[in-house]
Order: sequence, then C-alpha cells, then structure tokens
Amino acid sequence: MHKICGLAVFLLSVSLSTGVPAAEVNIYSARKENLIKPLLDQFSAQTGIKTNLITASADKLLTRMINEGQNTPADILITVDAGRLYRAMEADIFQPIESEKIEAIVPAHLRDPDNYWIALSKRARVIFYAPDRVDPNALSSYENLADPQWKKRICIRGSGNIYNQSLVASMIAANGKQATQEWAQALVDNMARPPMGGDRDQIKAAAAGQCDIAVANTYYYAKMLENKKDQAQYQAAKKMAIFWPNQAGRGAHVNISGAGISKYSRNRENAIKLLEFLLSPEAQDWYASVNYEYPVNPEVKPSGLLGSWGAFKADTLNLSKLGELNAEAVKTMDRAGWK
Amino acid sequence: MAKSKIRSPVSRLEGLWQPGILLTALVFSIPVLTIASFLLYPSGDIWQHLVDTVLADYLLNSVLLMTGVGLGTFSMGVTCAWLTSLCQFPGKKFFIWTLLLPLAMPAYIIAYTYTGMFDFAGPVQTQIRDWTGWEYGDYFFPEVRSLGGAIAMLSLVLYPYVYLLARAAFIEQSVCVIEVSRTLGCSVWASFYRVALPLARPAIVAGLSLALMETLADYGTVSYFGIGVFTTGIFRTWFGLGDSAAAAKLAAILLLFVFSLVVIERWSRQRAQYHHTTNRYSQLPVYRLTGARALIACVACALPLIFGFILPAFQLSLWAIDTYAVMIDSSFFKLVLHTILLGVSTALLAVLLALFMVYGRRVLASKLVFASIRVVAIGYAVPGTIIAVGVIIPLTWFDNTLDSYMREHFDVSTGLLLSGSLFALMFAYLVRFLAVSIQSVESGLVKIKLSMDEAARSLGRKSADILFNVHLPLMKGSVLTALLIVFVDVMKELPATLILRPFNFNTLAVRAFELASDERLADSSTAALMIVVVGLLPVILLSKSIASSRAGS
Repeated sequence: MHKICGLAVFLLSVSLSTGVPAAEVNIYSARKENLIKPLLDQFSAQTGIKTNLITASADKLLTRMINEGQNTPADILITVDAGRLYRAMEADIFQPIESEKIEAIVPAHLRDPDNYWIALSKRARVIFYAPDRVDPNALSSYENLADPQWKKRICIRGSGNIYNQSLVASMIAANGKQATQEWAQALVDNMARPPMGGDRDQIKAAAAGQCDIAVANTYYYAKMLENKKDQAQYQAAKKMAIFWPNQAGRGAHVNISGAGISKYSRNRENAIKLLEFLLSPEAQDWYASVNYEYPVNPEVKPSGLLGSWGAFKADTLNLSKLGELNAEAVKTMDRAGWK
Repeated sequence: MAKSKIRSPVSRLEGLWQPGILLTALVFSIPVLTIASFLLYPSGDIWQHLVDTVLADYLLNSVLLMTGVGLGTFSMGVTCAWLTSLCQFPGKKFFIWTLLLPLAMPAYIIAYTYTGMFDFAGPVQTQIRDWTGWEYGDYFFPEVRSLGGAIAMLSLVLYPYVYLLARAAFIEQSVCVIEVSRTLGCSVWASFYRVALPLARPAIVAGLSLALMETLADYGTVSYFGIGVFTTGIFRTWFGLGDSAAAAKLAAILLLFVFSLVVIERWSRQRAQYHHTTNRYSQLPVYRLTGARALIACVACALPLIFGFILPAFQLSLWAIDTYAVMIDSSFFKLVLHTILLGVSTALLAVLLALFMVYGRRVLASKLVFASIRVVAIGYAVPGTIIAVGVIIPLTWFDNTLDSYMREHFDVSTGLLLSGSLFALMFAYLVRFLAVSIQSVESGLVKIKLSMDEAARSLGRKSADILFNVHLPLMKGSVLTALLIVFVDVMKELPATLILRPFNFNTLAVRAFELASDERLADSSTAALMIVVVGLLPVILLSKSIASSRAGS
C-alpha cells in the first residue's frame, strides 16, 4: 500500500512540476541535449524565459506533434536535417516565422520560401582520403566516386542514414533519377566492405587501410581531430585529409539543422526570440566551436579548425528538395543493393 | 494431469474478474491494434518495391538471427542454470548471482563497446598489425559488425532470461522426482535430460521466448551493425519512405513470427501440464564436481560472464575514468532518481497486473481469458518505437476529443491530460513488458498443482486468500524474477522513453544513448555503467532470495 501511495505522490509531483509558469518556451529537439541545452540555458539567463526540452529523433517528435494537434505544448521543433522540416510543413504543423531580423540573417536557400522553417547551422558531407594511397587530383566529385578506379576502395555508411538519404536526394535533384540509379549501383560495387557503423567508423577504417576513401560529415572528422584524449581516434583522423567535392560544379552537399514554429504555439513571441538568439553571432559561434558546424549567419566567420580548412563552395539547392526526394532516394538505394 | 475446473461458489467480486481481465487485456492491446489498423490503408507501390528488393533479405536475416540467438541463449542459460542449481564446484556461489549481470547491459551499449575494441581500426587489430606487419586482407579476424556479431551480442545479454527462469524452475522442482529417477537407474545426466529438463520446460520456453521477442524488437544493435531485419525495415519504410501502411505490413509479418513461435510451442507441448508431482521437499541433492569436471563447470559459467559483462564493463570503466568528472553533474543524480522511480513503479504494476490475469486464468479456466492474455503478451516483440506511436495516437485522440467536448459544453479546455505525461510513458512500458511479468508469474504458477487450490478451497479460503497465503510463498522466486526483469528492462528501455517522456525528464538510458549515438562512446560510459550499477542491486537481492526461497528448506 505504501508503495502505491509513493507511486501516486511521484506521479502527482511530476505532473505538478510541469505546470505553466508565465514566460517559457517549449522545444521538441532532434538535436541531442548536450548540443542544445547549453544554448538554451544561456538564452534563459539573458531573457528570463524558461525553456522546456524534449529530445528524440525528428520522425518521432513529428509523429507526436501531429497527433497532439492543436493541444500540442511544442512551440518549436528543431531537426538535424532539412527533409524533416519539409515533412513538418507538409503536415501543416508549422506557421510562417515572422521576423525581419531572421529574414535578414538567413540566406534564401537556407530557409523555406514562405519562411515556414529556417536553418540554424550547416553541415557539409564531404570526401576524406588517405594521402599516402590516394592522389587528390584523382578526386573531383561525388559522381566521380562511381569511377571503376575506386573499386573496393570506398567506405560509406548504410542507406538507413538520413545524411546518405539527403546526399542521394541532392544527386537526384542535380542529375535525375536514371543517372543517380546508375551512380548508386556503381558506388555499391566500389564499396570496400558492406556499409556498417557511423561516420567516424568510415574515417577510422580508411585510416587503418580497409579502404582508401571515406564519405562523412565534416564535424565528425573535426571532433576526432580536436579530442586528443582519445588518441586512437586522433591518430586515425590525422592520417586522413579532407576533400571538398564538386567545387567546379554545384558545390559540396550541405544539410542543415533547422527549426520551425508550431502552428499552435502559445508562446509565439518567445519562440521567435529564441530563434533570433540561436542565429545571433554568439550562438552561431558556439555551433562552430563546440560542434564544428558551419554558421548560417553570414556575419560569423568560422574560426579555429573550421577556419583553417578555408572557404568552400556549397550546393545552393533549395533544401526543400531534399525532403521532396527523400523517398525516391531510399528506393534508389534499395534497388542498388546499398545495405 | 487432467484439467479440472474449480468452480466453488463464486463471490460477487469474483464475478467481475473475467470482464475485468478482458477489459485490461483490451486496454493494453490498443497500441498494437492501432498499428495493425494501418494495414487497412492502401500502401501503393511501396510494398511492391519492398517485395522486389529487400523483403527476402529481411526475412532470411531475421530467421537466422532468431535461430542463432535461440541456440546461444539456450545453451548458455540452461547449462549455467543446471550447474549452479544442482552441482557443487568451486566458485558456484559467486557465479549464481554474477551470471545475471549481463542482464543490466543494454544490447546497443555492448555492441558499441565490442566494436570499439575489436573493429578493424580498434586497438586489438591495430596491435596485431603492429606486431606482425600485416595489412588489410593479410589475415582473418571475425567481423564484429556482422550477423554473427549481432547473434553473439544479443545472446550475451539475453541468456540471463533463460538462466533466471530455468534456474528458478530447477530449484523449485521437487527433489523427489529426481531422486526417484536416480533410484530407477538414471545417471546424473540422464535424470537431467529425462526428468529435470522436461519438467523445467515451461520455464525454459518462457525464458527463450522472452529472449527471442527481445531479439525481434531490437533496433539499436542491428542498425549499428547494418543488418537488414524486420525492425530496421519497418523504420526505413515508415520514416525513410514515409509509408506507414507498408511499415505496418512488415510489423504484421513480425507478429506472425511471434504467433507461430507461440503456436509451435503450445502444439509440441500439447495438453501435458507441468505440476510439482509431490509437495515433499528436502535438501536438494548436490552433485559434487571435482578435478577436470569442476574446471569445466567453472569455465562454462565463466565464459558468458566474462564476455557478457566483465570485458565490456572493463572497457566502459576505462572510458569512464577519463570522462566521469565532466559527465557527473547535478543533473546526473536526477537521472538516476528518475530511472529508479520509473523502474520500481512499473515493475510493481506489471507484476500486480500479471497476477491478476494469470491467476484469474487459473481460477476461471476460461479459454477467452487465456486468449486475451496471449494477445497482451505480444507487445514484447514489438519495437519500442512502434509501441510508442501506438500509444501516442489513441491517447492524443482521447485527450483532444475530451478537450473539444469540454470546450463545447463547459467552455473549459482540458488540454492534453494523458499524453505527454508519465502516465503515457508507463502505459507504454506496461504494453511492452507485461509479457515478461506474465511469463515468469505463469511459469511459477503452473508448477503448483491444482489440488492445492482445491484443498484450500475445501477449507473455505477465497481466491485472493489462496493466492497470497498458498501460491505466493511457493512462487516467490518467480514473482521476484518478474519484478527484476521488468525493472531492468524499463531501466534499459530507450525508444519509447525518448518519445513519450514529459519535458525536461531524462533517464540514464536516454543519456547513455544520446552520447553513444553521437559516436561519443567514452562520454556515454558513465551513464552506461550507472545503469549496470543500479541494475546490480535488485540482481543481488533477487539471487539472495532465490537461494533462500525453496519451499521446505
């Protein structure tokens, strides 16, 4: 009986603690807690607005928001790719973000044409190569990875991964379905091993000699280089070099982390304030220095490691396309036998 | 062995029992039924696309994975259970409880850890290459991230289910049958194969089916290893291809697997029932093992322990030493508290509900009740994310419907009452883990002869009275087992927790996973180790009480 009473008290206390104080903003975030909470705390300290956070993968947060409908407590949905933002807009759970400040900061291709969502940071998916085995002059583009000279020399992760899905979607947008299908087929033939592990694993495998080329997001590579505590990873990263693909053409594939405001937000003003804060130079600099993502705010120049890599040409395809073509990309990879 | 119905005058309260069970079963089946209802939506060409490209792979891999994990958990679980319950060898006392430890290891954590150690780029293979000067392709080393690797990982963390239930069964077995078999000329091994093993069958099967259902529901390990099975397929189809109907079809095939497992088992068991044949208990006979045999027994028990727990825990500790100072902050203790409270309250509820249903089935002896219990138990094989979606849809529907009704008639907005609260989360846990408590409580209850009930009834006892004063003392081990497994399962549970939790509410598993999935293995080790530590406490308590729970001792 005592236990049941205890349980009741526990449930009650938790339900009471989620009551509604005056100034707050509720965030559903696909960015992991440790990559968003510090910024939220800073925001609260500056403005006095309380932030409430739930983190999970974007698909599930989206499912939750859609079903919660007009009673959803969420004010902001943060995702780590453009496809899901597009999907949220399609599901009619966003409202246009009305802020001249934001419109002035975020470049047009990094937001929805009607401002239903905006980018908060950029993530480039590029090629890494082992300089002792690969002549960088032989590298040029994503398309080039299908060339027979790379037979059994490429490491890339599985097709279930959203970054790969977005990359393939961007190629369908650039080259069409047929060409991308052939490219995927040839790429699968060039894989040194069946796809497995995460992005860092590809870089590590290439460094260890299992393959010569790895495809990965830049921030994983940066984190391996900057965390000298993990010597094995650091040494692996040092053996690899970064190559920016498609610089003569459309530019390197870039995805974003971004956000939209809930159609039924009850704290709209606070939500806009938070987004403005996340685009401010100090927050943008934090993305670059802590998670090595590229800033969206053009006034912020990446410093440190990102700065040392220099500027690169990024694909300016409107990111809505990635969402539109996602299912087609998955099918393409399935047909190519990309595990 | 005849099935006898017990129908003494039924009190008014007991008259509500059957409808009560059916209602409970219905409520806890809603999420699975919700998902199943997606089958009614048209799925267009996506389904055809799956059939053309990946379905055969999913099917083959799932079958291989289940076969492998089934063999692995059976051999490790039953061997260790037999050795530690009926043999005497050095270190036995130590193994009895340490063999449970892998239970506290989430499968995805052990997968990350082993990959970190034995991957091509990991320290072990790098060292080999440094020593020998070999390069890629010059030597053979088993690939961790493969189907075989996944079978090994899952077997190592899931064998404790079989071990726990089998051991409880061996210990609760009346010693007389074993002695009789020995006097009739059976050797030690023959009496094991011909008497003890068949008598423990309901428990072993219960343990195996838990392990296999957990295998079917696993997402973390198989997706990290890049193996296409039904779970990974469901996720791709639902979220990557955006087709919930085709995803539900995959889920339906998954459920078909579970159903056929259950049916095959029932059919092979046919109508035999497994009761204690006598209620006489005396000290368990112990086979003293010496010399080489003792050594073999030691090694047999040590291997699962070393690979399922000590090695990965050692690696985690190495990482944790580097990172704990940063990872343990004020919020960390809140994580521990949340985790324990959720685990304890869910475990208690799950066992109460299981007793209510399983005992009801025994007393009422109704086919309908029996079927409804089986339906509830399906939730365990469904991946947590799918359950979570199945919980969100009906709960938000209920909340929103109530809200608009209240607005219309009373001009009050009730908002989201149930969804987004701990209620939703615990409901999802129960949907997933009721099977666990039902299986273990059931395996304890079927061993108690019905004549015991009849005797108690003839003495004028009521059902509840009999349950608490006759049955519970006899099946203490099984009930505690149920509490422990649910507690540990809830503690490790991830996908449903992630999506259903209220604002600012984290658990250890969430913390460990967020860091690990961000490929920050070293940082995740502190939270992962804490899960193990929190899991240790009930494991120790349980092993103590199993050891002392033998009736008649």
